[in-house]
Amino acid sequence: MHLTPADIAALGEIVGHYPHKRAACIDALKYMQARHGYVSDQSLEAIAVLLDMSPAELDEVATFYNLIFRKPVGEKVIYLCDSVTCWMLGRDKIARKIQDLIGIRQGETSTDGRYTLLPIVCLGHCDHAPAMMIDDRLFGDVEPGQLPGILEPPD
Amino acid sequence: MAKVTVDGIELEVPNGSTILQAAELAGKEIPRFCYHERLSIAGNCRMCLVEVEKIPKPVASCAQPISEGMVIKTDSDMVRKSRRSVMEFLLINHPLDCPICDQGGECYLQDEAVGYGSDHTRYHENKRAVNEKDFGPLVKTVMTRCIHCTRCIRFLSEVAGVPELGATSRGEEMEVGTYVQRALSSELSANIIDLCPVGALTSKPYAFTARTWELRKTDSIDVLDAVGCSIRIDAKGPDVLRILPRINDAVNEEWLGDKSRFALDGLKRRRLDRPWVRQNGRLVEASWEQAFAAIAQRMHNVAGERIGAIAGNLCDAESMIALKDLMASLGSGNLDCRQDEAALDSTRRAFYLFNTTIEGIEEADACLFIGVDPRREAPVLNARIRKRWLAGKFPVGIIGPSLDITYDATHLGDGPSAITALQNGDHEFAGALEAAAKPMIILGQGALARPDGAAILAAVWALGAKYGVMNADWNGFNLLHVAASRVGALDMGFLPASGAKNLAGMMQGGVDILWLLGADEFDMSRITADQFVIYQGHHGDAGAARADVILPGAAYTEKNGTYVNTEGRAQWGARAVMPPGQAREDWRIIRAFSELIGHALPYDDLPAVRARLAAANPIFGEIGQVRRLAGIDLTGPTGEGAFDAAPFRPAVSNYYQTDPISRASPTMAKCVAAHASPLASAAE
Ligand code: SF4
Ligand code: FES
Ligand code: FES
Repeated sequence: MHLTPADIAALGEIVGHYPHKRAACIDALKYMQARHGYVSDQSLEAIAVLLDMSPAELDEVATFYNLIFRKPVGEKVIYLCDSVTCWMLGRDKIARKIQDLIGIRQGETSTDGRYTLLPIVCLGHCDHAPAMMIDDRLFGDVEPGQLPGILEPPD
Repeated sequence: MAKVTVDGIELEVPNGSTILQAAELAGKEIPRFCYHERLSIAGNCRMCLVEVEKIPKPVASCAQPISEGMVIKTDSDMVRKSRRSVMEFLLINHPLDCPICDQGGECYLQDEAVGYGSDHTRYHENKRAVNEKDFGPLVKTVMTRCIHCTRCIRFLSEVAGVPELGATSRGEEMEVGTYVQRALSSELSANIIDLCPVGALTSKPYAFTARTWELRKTDSIDVLDAVGCSIRIDAKGPDVLRILPRINDAVNEEWLGDKSRFALDGLKRRRLDRPWVRQNGRLVEASWEQAFAAIAQRMHNVAGERIGAIAGNLCDAESMIALKDLMASLGSGNLDCRQDEAALDSTRRAFYLFNTTIEGIEEADACLFIGVDPRREAPVLNARIRKRWLAGKFPVGIIGPSLDITYDATHLGDGPSAITALQNGDHEFAGALEAAAKPMIILGQGALARPDGAAILAAVWALGAKYGVMNADWNGFNLLHVAASRVGALDMGFLPASGAKNLAGMMQGGVDILWLLGADEFDMSRITADQFVIYQGHHGDAGAARADVILPGAAYTEKNGTYVNTEGRAQWGARAVMPPGQAREDWRIIRAFSELIGHALPYDDLPAVRARLAAANPIFGEIGQVRRLAGIDLTGPTGEGAFDAAPFRPAVSNYYQTDPISRASPTMAKCVAAHASPLASAAE
């Protein structure tokens, strides 16, 4: 894929913040993800060239971080904590309820493309376990019964 | 220097050493998986843990620099306990499938598990399994065995300069692979097989063939390029099963090119294993007596000057001197070793050697390539240049095709006009050469094997003289040869005697009888139908197809031979197996024939031939040595005439198939196919 002139300008600006080009790799990956929802092979290769890295090296970085997506995701990403406290306090029930409601298991995207469900490590919200996050919004003490409201917020 | 104590032994070690290096100096062995002295330090396997006084936790000795007064314990209870724990973790996800693993018997993990492994497992969960990767026809993967030491990744990105491997994800999900699944594109790729400390990367062609303890190991020299890498030939019964590099810091460090390692299946195919004589236009099997008789009969009453000999690229010096002596006894001076007709000047060794030497590359501070593709002509030597380049402050210029040589270079031009421009100071690279104290020029055979070759040679020497490439402490004038036999042949004068014919002169009926000693690399159609051709060699390649008599010789793995590499270093190759069928060692064939025709050569055992070689040129007696000449004498080679405007073409266009052995090799054919149709790279 070719980067648009706007992309190149934006990435150039990001690279300019660092003494070494490659230091900008995480920001560059985040930029591409913000633009396209995920980092495709083509995006990855295009920024690798820009940062003087090999695609293999950049992929090491991209796959290391679980908030960088190397595959397309839905419009909203549900991160359901799967660390100890939440697990003890019933996060599996939440997962099942989500499956009942929108038909996706962890790692899947709903057919209408609205949701992707992903497990995530401790959100630091253990005192309100089970916890989950939808995009940037954090939810604690989640009960299965609240899920329809959380997932389909009344307009 | 800093004073440290290792297990009670006090010693001084250079500042900046790591604890592991200090321990080695003290004679202590530290187990390691990720650390490798020729790669960068990763510090990720933790097997090298040691105890250091005043540091509460065990320390990774490969990554920790020493400091004054450190007291190190390499074998305390704490050390053993921590290593045992590391081993337990490493084995959690390791399949423990040694009985079906090719690495068995030469596996670091197996060895260290004997010392630090447990006799039972405390892990009862499922082990992970990892999908296999496709690294091409040479490297087989069993990625479930990988312990993520990253040696393979570091080798390819650091030494080979082809950063195609990476480790994706992390923790238990971590996997080593190519970014897009395709064959590794490095000519040095198979070195990762040796580097992999476990059985994750093994040799694909050798898979399930033999166990290491069944093999007969012979130290020898590689001849598939002119670098003369040190190799070990592993054989079982009559078959060569493996070729591995040996450590030789002066030449190949511990690397070997993929062709030199894997062309060996060509040694079993298209072999000439009995004499043949052409009768009524067809080659028919014959006995040695019949073959010799046919030659003797044809030679009868033919004047010496109507006989000629051409030596091929893989010939050992013993057979060439024997053939040269035989020709002399017949009254012929028509000799040539330059199948490519390169304009070489043999009047002084400095004109045809890689004078800087391979180790010397690391001292150089600028480099100019002329008509050479170091990556495909001599991959191991190219790794040395890359190593120098990585150390920094090493401008590289290229005159010739601008190819990917795995490091940055300035392209000055495609052909000879760039030499003229540089001579006139008309290119900014002139500044880089001027600024350098130890500049080097590497001139390829591709630049000499053309009608204006002699003029190019003289012009490049003049360029060197102008930029101080040759001086009292340094000789940066280098020819890179591609034929293993070439320097030895020049050293003994396997060249036309004065007034005698060269290769071109012998073609088109220039002589009546032509003796081809393993010569396959020139256009056989230049030999006319009435010329009588004797082909002595090991493969049914171009020369044998044109021959009237075929004398089956020995391949390099089947004879004791002397080869002089491109630096001028004479080395001995050794016989690992017997030649097939009725084939014989080459100099003995010539010796036997000489006796038949009443010109018996005055040597009949190996020490005597070698004495003859040393008498012809003392170089042949200085085995393993290289004379590093200063470049004081600036008188250049003679060569005049105008340049041809044509761009330079490197001597090797297809790395994987350069000689009768690699052309006969199915593995090399697979490499050609794998690289001819790489999966469309997604970058485009
Ligand atoms: S494949 Fe071998 S060399 Fe590469 S990381 Fe795994 S264990 Fe190390
Ligand atoms: S364990 Fe779920 S938020 Fe900490
Ligand atoms: S050898 Fe030291 S951490 Fe691997």
